[in-house]
Amino acid sequence: MTAAGTYDAIVIGAGHNGLVAAAYLARAGRKVLVLERREIVGGATVTRELFPGYRFTEFSYVVSLLRPEIVRELELPRHGLKILPLPSTVTPLDNGDYLAAWDDHDLTRRELYRHSPRDAEAADEYSRVMARAAKAIKPILGLVPPDPSSLGWKDLRRLLRLGRYGASLSAQEIYRIARLTTQSAADLLDEWFEFDPLKGTKSASGIIGTFLGPRSPGTAYVLLHHYMGEIDGAFRAWGFAKNGTGGVAEAIARSARALGVEIRTGTPVDKVVVRGGRACGVALENGDELRARVVLSAVDPKRSFLQMVDAQHLPDEFVEAIRSFRVRGSSGKVNLALSELPQFTCLPGEGPLHRGAISISPSVDYIERAYDDAKYGRFSQHPYIDMIIPSMIDRDMAPPGHHVMSCFVQYAPYDVEGGWDDAKREAFGETVIGTIERYAPNIRRAIVGKQVITPADIERMAGITGGNIFHGELLLHQLFFLRPAPQWADFRTPLPGYYFGASGAHPGGGIMGAPGKLAAHEILKDWR
Amino acid sequence: MADLHQLKRTPFHERTSRLCLPQNWRRWAGCIAVGSYDLGLDREYWAIRNHAALIDVSPLMKYSIEGPDAARLLDRITPRNIQKLAIGQVYYTGWCDDDGKLLDDGTVTRLGEQSFRLTSAEPSLRWLAMNAVGLQVTVTERTEQMAALSLQGPKSRAILNRCCESSLDGLKFFRMAPNTLAGRPVTISRTGYTGDLGYEIWMDAADALPIWDALIQAGHDYGITPCGILAMDMARVEAGLFMLDVDYTAATHAWIPGQKSSPYEMGLGWTVNLDKPGYFVGRRALEREAREGSAWKLVGLEVDWEGLERVYGEVGLPPQIPGMAVRSSLPVSKDGRQVGYASTSTWSPVLKKYIALVHLERPHYEPGTRLDIEITVEHRRRQAPGTVVALPFYEPEWKKK
Repeated sequence: MTAAGTYDAIVIGAGHNGLVAAAYLARAGRKVLVLERREIVGGATVTRELFPGYRFTEFSYVVSLLRPEIVRELELPRHGLKILPLPSTVTPLDNGDYLAAWDDHDLTRRELYRHSPRDAEAADEYSRVMARAAKAIKPILGLVPPDPSSLGWKDLRRLLRLGRYGASLSAQEIYRIARLTTQSAADLLDEWFEFDPLKGTKSASGIIGTFLGPRSPGTAYVLLHHYMGEIDGAFRAWGFAKNGTGGVAEAIARSARALGVEIRTGTPVDKVVVRGGRACGVALENGDELRARVVLSAVDPKRSFLQMVDAQHLPDEFVEAIRSFRVRGSSGKVNLALSELPQFTCLPGEGPLHRGAISISPSVDYIERAYDDAKYGRFSQHPYIDMIIPSMIDRDMAPPGHHVMSCFVQYAPYDVEGGWDDAKREAFGETVIGTIERYAPNIRRAIVGKQVITPADIERMAGITGGNIFHGELLLHQLFFLRPAPQWADFRTPLPGYYFGASGAHPGGGIMGAPGKLAAHEILKDWR
Repeated sequence: MADLHQLKRTPFHERTSRLCLPQNWRRWAGCIAVGSYDLGLDREYWAIRNHAALIDVSPLMKYSIEGPDAARLLDRITPRNIQKLAIGQVYYTGWCDDDGKLLDDGTVTRLGEQSFRLTSAEPSLRWLAMNAVGLQVTVTERTEQMAALSLQGPKSRAILNRCCESSLDGLKFFRMAPNTLAGRPVTISRTGYTGDLGYEIWMDAADALPIWDALIQAGHDYGITPCGILAMDMARVEAGLFMLDVDYTAATHAWIPGQKSSPYEMGLGWTVNLDKPGYFVGRRALEREAREGSAWKLVGLEVDWEGLERVYGEVGLPPQIPGMAVRSSLPVSKDGRQVGYASTSTWSPVLKKYIALVHLERPHYEPGTRLDIEITVEHRRRQAPGTVVALPFYEPEWKKK
């Protein structure tokens, strides 16, 4: 029973995880309030019209990991979610040629054969092996991590579940997973392939959102993390969301509202209110206090525990663990409004490449050098860029005949030497456009609007400490029962009544929704 | 030159054949029709649901019915009240034999007081002539003289407004108006076979190519995409629209009574106007069926994804979904007893559900009924649970706006 004016749960942050958690709590009949600092929902999952008629997926830009069960259980298609195909990846090369992966097995094989007959065969085997490894590891995404040091019945049950699952794997699968989680992307790819642009392009998905290079150990796992979306194959959770990623957040918000969730935007939370050693509500920045049985934070771990809660309410070792949680932002975005399509010299004219991803990743060395710059506090002089042209996939993103282009860029270190300022942001944008220009000479002429986003901007705009797109890097020492802190990976926190369910929790970032869903389930379990 | 020993080519062949690089051709009413222009159906399907798909529907049978008794003829052969059909209005209807069993289905458009256009899937000249005895009416087949394009999808209106002389903004759902496109006279009806916003453009066969070109040009910035009939097949199932020879058999083609279907059974009760004056073919049988109820009915079945996961999971696989609509009969049962069958089923990318058009015995066709559909998993028959739903499965709010 809730007294008038109080809620069963208050969710801090209307990012996609906060909305998912709220929807699941409301689905179980609970009274839920979501509080969002900004005027729009979505957090880093937003679409905004930055110039009249040009709509941008400001931060996140594709959907690959959104859990199919969330799509079904929250009836997201009925609430407007549409995932449009993003059928190809083209890597322009310095010699004027290109490397493409199309959405047809035979076409891709034929294309690869052009560059390396050996790689064409290896690629088949590789994708099967990776898909099997991803399939093997996927159930972990839906598990609440056990604390291996605990002998509590809950953890033992979770360990048992994990053990049962481990027993279902073959020895070969276990070894492969062990290697994948510790190897570097470059080492893994060297085992399989010889054509450098292929290795460069594949290694790129191993570095996204991390402050690591393709030769750093652990990057093979990130690569695998990105493979998870592919197993849902038929269900197709992978692609470009209609209306951009904001379309995903809008669909979840509509579903949540239909289930009775109240969402207040423009309502920043200042602190979690603690009474008698329990979280019992929140204090807003405007001084108002709102009460609830539990509070769920769906913002990043540092903000959740170092800012929203006074240190006196949390044990020192926990605070220390959160303090040392790595949230080094390493990526930036350049969003362009274009009066015409970029013309790539490797594939002139308008063609299928414009409907897919275009990747500036000519070799592993290229990306490793880009990382070298970042290691020493500079943004990459020759960055890795992952481009898509949303207006080609969804014409509602730009005025007819015009286009928007989303360029994800790595590396742009949060701790750039001397800090980020307007001049540095401008120079970063210039470097990105200059890089694209080498492959698509008309790009500069086509630009009618430009937005450059650095990790500092991600922090300022989306409120993610450190500007890391995953709220904390997907490093082995920050995953599973270590995410966000040892002993507290089960969505509970040392503060009773305070829960944590965002990308900084298991199983991590990307537009997945799994942390939000799992957190909601744990809250409901505690209420049982 | 069309070879007399080959299937017919449509008036758009010069364009469509250049684009149909996978050589994926299908048969349609004695013509070759493009199955898909891409190796997969994704792009064409999403053009229907998100942009605009341009589909060559010329193989449709087309008849012009003219004369003082034209309305009387159509009133006599269809169960709808043609006297109420306004000039510039289109009716969708089935028509029956005297046992009240469907012969075909199509559209009737009133072009003028005494002038109509009828489309059908099967040749209908003989049936029309038989029923025209004693009436002052001329029936002319126009199938080959007329070309037709279907432009389907949320951007279809914007594209037509760019290349047509008169705006389409005022044209309501199931209405038709003459227009000019690429300087050629056309009629445009707000109709289609996808359940989305869409139009069908009817033209003289000689004008086919310039009109195709004008649409492609006007539609470029709106994502216009030539689309084959396989992607349309997925969309029409979502829209709850059935197809002759796939979902029902024409009474004249049926070998046994069990193969015949009535409009009520096919969910077309809304087209049967028993209040209209006078006799029409099949009236008595339909009156009886209306009174006594139908033995079975065509409805929708949504298959539970969890059920699919379970039956595939038993062999260690994720659910396998066919890339196109499946036109094979699948038994549907209740507690182990068969109570019907699915005639077409498809994965719906827009709904993210596996859906089927199912024919169910009374009383199992009530929405909400839980049933099992047979699927074959690794060569073994399995049952996947699902729920009966009313048709259509999908209807965007912009369809009729």
